[in-house]
Amino acid sequence: MKRRKIDLAALPGASAREVDERLQVATPLRRLFNKVFPDHWSFLLGEIALYSFIVLLLTGTFLTLFFDPSMAEVKYNGSFVPLRGIEMTKAYETALNISFDVRGGLIMRQMHHWAALLFMAAIVVHMFRVFFTGAFRKPRELNWIIGVLLFWMGFTEGFAGYSLPDDALSGTGLRIASAIMLSIPVAGTWITTSLFGGEFPGTEILPRLYIVHVLLLPGVLLALIAAHMGLLVKQKHTQWPGPGRTNSNVVGVRMFPGFAVKAGGFFMLVFGVIALMGGLLQINPIWLFGPYEAAVVSAASQPDWYVMFLDGSTRLMPAWEIRAFGYTIPALLWPTLVLPAFLTILPLIYPFIEARFLKDRASHHLLQRPRDVPFRTALGAMSIAFYMVLALSGGNDVIADKFHISLNAMTWAGRIGLLIAPPLAYFITYRICLGLQQHDREVLAHGVETGIIRRLPDGRFMEVHQPLSPVDEHGHPTELPYAGWVVPKKMNRLGAVAPAIRGFFFPIEKPAPPQPPAGPAEVETPERDEVTSGHR
Amino acid sequence: MSTHVPDGQEPFDVEDPALTRFDLVREGARRDGVEIVHYKPRFPVPGTKVERRIERSIALMLVLCGLFALAFVVAYIWWPWEYKTGANINKWYTPVLGFTLGMSLVLLAVAIITWGKKLLPEEISVQERHEGASTPDEAALTAATIGNMGDELGIQRRPLLKAAVLLPGLGLGAAAVAPLVGGLIRSPHEPDAIFFETGFNPKFNHGQPVRLVREDGTPIRPEEVSVGGQMTVFPGIPGGATNKWADSPTLLIHLRPEDAAITLENAKPVNEGAQWGNFVAYSKICTHAGCPASLYEQQTNRLLCPCHQSQFNITDNARPIFGPASRSLPQLPIGRDAEGYFIATSDYRVAVGPAFWERP
Repeated sequence: MKRRKIDLAALPGASAREVDERLQVATPLRRLFNKVFPDHWSFLLGEIALYSFIVLLLTGTFLTLFFDPSMAEVKYNGSFVPLRGIEMTKAYETALNISFDVRGGLIMRQMHHWAALLFMAAIVVHMFRVFFTGAFRKPRELNWIIGVLLFWMGFTEGFAGYSLPDDALSGTGLRIASAIMLSIPVAGTWITTSLFGGEFPGTEILPRLYIVHVLLLPGVLLALIAAHMGLLVKQKHTQWPGPGRTNSNVVGVRMFPGFAVKAGGFFMLVFGVIALMGGLLQINPIWLFGPYEAAVVSAASQPDWYVMFLDGSTRLMPAWEIRAFGYTIPALLWPTLVLPAFLTILPLIYPFIEARFLKDRASHHLLQRPRDVPFRTALGAMSIAFYMVLALSGGNDVIADKFHISLNAMTWAGRIGLLIAPPLAYFITYRICLGLQQHDREVLAHGVETGIIRRLPDGRFMEVHQPLSPVDEHGHPTELPYAGWVVPKKMNRLGAVAPAIRGFFFPIEKPAPPQPPAGPAEVETPERDEVTSGHR
Repeated sequence: MSTHVPDGQEPFDVEDPALTRFDLVREGARRDGVEIVHYKPRFPVPGTKVERRIERSIALMLVLCGLFALAFVVAYIWWPWEYKTGANINKWYTPVLGFTLGMSLVLLAVAIITWGKKLLPEEISVQERHEGASTPDEAALTAATIGNMGDELGIQRRPLLKAAVLLPGLGLGAAAVAPLVGGLIRSPHEPDAIFFETGFNPKFNHGQPVRLVREDGTPIRPEEVSVGGQMTVFPGIPGGATNKWADSPTLLIHLRPEDAAITLENAKPVNEGAQWGNFVAYSKICTHAGCPASLYEQQTNRLLCPCHQSQFNITDNARPIFGPASRSLPQLPIGRDAEGYFIATSDYRVAVGPAFWERP
């Protein structure tokens, strides 16, 4: 029997038909390919977190192949000569082995650590973006809540990972964590002994933290990230206002290939930067700290950056211990548990508080510029000021040391600063927002400042403005409505000054012919005009 | 079904030979609620100088990306990597790996992004959002379906089942939690009061007073600590210097005679008789968060905890004088045994370490 030849050209089509007959994916697949994503640099911040998380999973899986969280005592006999013969836990020994005796282990460990720091940083900056632009408003409150949970899960995951190598710093961190648990009223000692399997440190906490770090929390993080992404796809992305952009559409590029290419490239960029950092920038050199010993600590013991604000709050808290009826509520409770509880609950309910305060029940898909909602921007600035005072206080001993300031003065500066800086930040930010708005409105009313100063016959000087709108019979521009989007403020934004010659070393094209100053109708670039005209 | 006529649209024949592929793309997008309103190739005339220039630079980046990736693999395999003391080429192993891998990925990223930004057509698409809640009809139908579930189960009119169904709910819920809680739970009070004891308790030394020893286990004579000096000491029991006795590290301080007199005078009732000559011993575990309060400032007789900067005045019962700590460091009553070595005459008289609920 003669074998039938396979028509290679028809193969993709034929196999696609076979798949579709079974799964009926043609329509949903095309719908996915055609999904429109709006474009703005600030939308990339959350992506950094997502890509860091993927790097964390990859490098973390590598590390699990060589790490043993056992707290059994061993005598180190690895390659790092200065620590040979020293008693340490198996956890610290294997962490050292990853750094010295596993080929490429050190870069994996450092990439893992850098990716963790980047993950948290990206989450925080992404939250700023979402907050300041009002992207958390209806219908996206749930995704905002998931985001807040992701921050705290990442925080816990990071702390668990930081504690695993059992070097002097991680042991000290764990000891403080046990003290924090002890400060819980009524159940504190029970919780602590149950989690540590007895008194600190015991022999069980690291294996338990390990399973939390490599299975439970990554699982929770994955689920939350999946929900975060799923809601994003379902609800579609927010967009900035602009020509043709309304509350009921999304303007941008389709997912394939335009958006996917950019996102894929950006993933590689994040991955590459983490690889460069992991190879070139040392982080957490655990071999310098030595194994954890209860009696040993060094000055400038700082946690990872995202824990520093709680370290700062702990340092600033006055010694207000409550003792009554033979029981104690330690002062440690307030800065390490009550404060984070507030810092969790406040952002969780903020979208609802704001909607209630503004009596706003509408759905919003257009973002707001921070200047257009001064009270929210000022509240955000206030929170950041509060956070910054705490985070700086987390390193106040280092600041005191490097700048020759009294340590006690630094503590008092932090305590007073915590009360003064936030309201000050609120006030200043509010004024800046109003000022920026005012300037936008001036430009809309009078036009762009040209920099041309004219002397009037009576001797006064005035600056010539290029109106953005049609002028009336007296030559005065009619005032344009405030649209909540970027207003051109420089003449070259109007096309009056042609862009300089393109090409870095030599011109790659002829200079654009000088264009006449843009007429009133042509404020926006041509493509944007087309959006307007193309929109039904 | 090649002809699809949505409301108010021209009929569209997919098999019409006059249609270009992009017409199909546009129609597909339209059916997905996406209007491609602006679509322009970057290079309407193919093969211009600028286009080829961009192509060349992308190709160059891709080639370099591959070469760096190859360099990574070569370095990974052949670069000497075992740790050796001193300055040597092995120390460059990790930086070389990071540089080659990072450069490879960054070049790939720039190549892809350049491709996307410079070669892909300019495009602006508009997708409709399907705003708001479901239609009232849909909502009503779903509500009826859900309501019907309740009716089918008949929970409302079967009060016996309603009550009975609660029990397995509670029982299985408790059963799910029980192994977790039951497996983990450890009482802080049984069999002994672990938060109130340290390794200096004589019961861990067959009822004999416990010696103060160095980390290596050697006992200490008074003359071995110079005036104004201090030493971290541990209970002289097996493993006394290990983390098993994490609350036992103690700071033995040899005060100057004038400071010792002040200290003795200041001693609170709980610390009566704890001082031996010019020597005092305080718990090293900070009463704030449990870090070792280990920075001793000899001139001012202050002890500073480096974690949260609590400061303790050694000559006044190690009272906290600054920072977040609110309790004095417990003082260990010390003396000397027949052989002239330091001993703890008893365990600490109050619980060491951070505060907790049951602590009076």
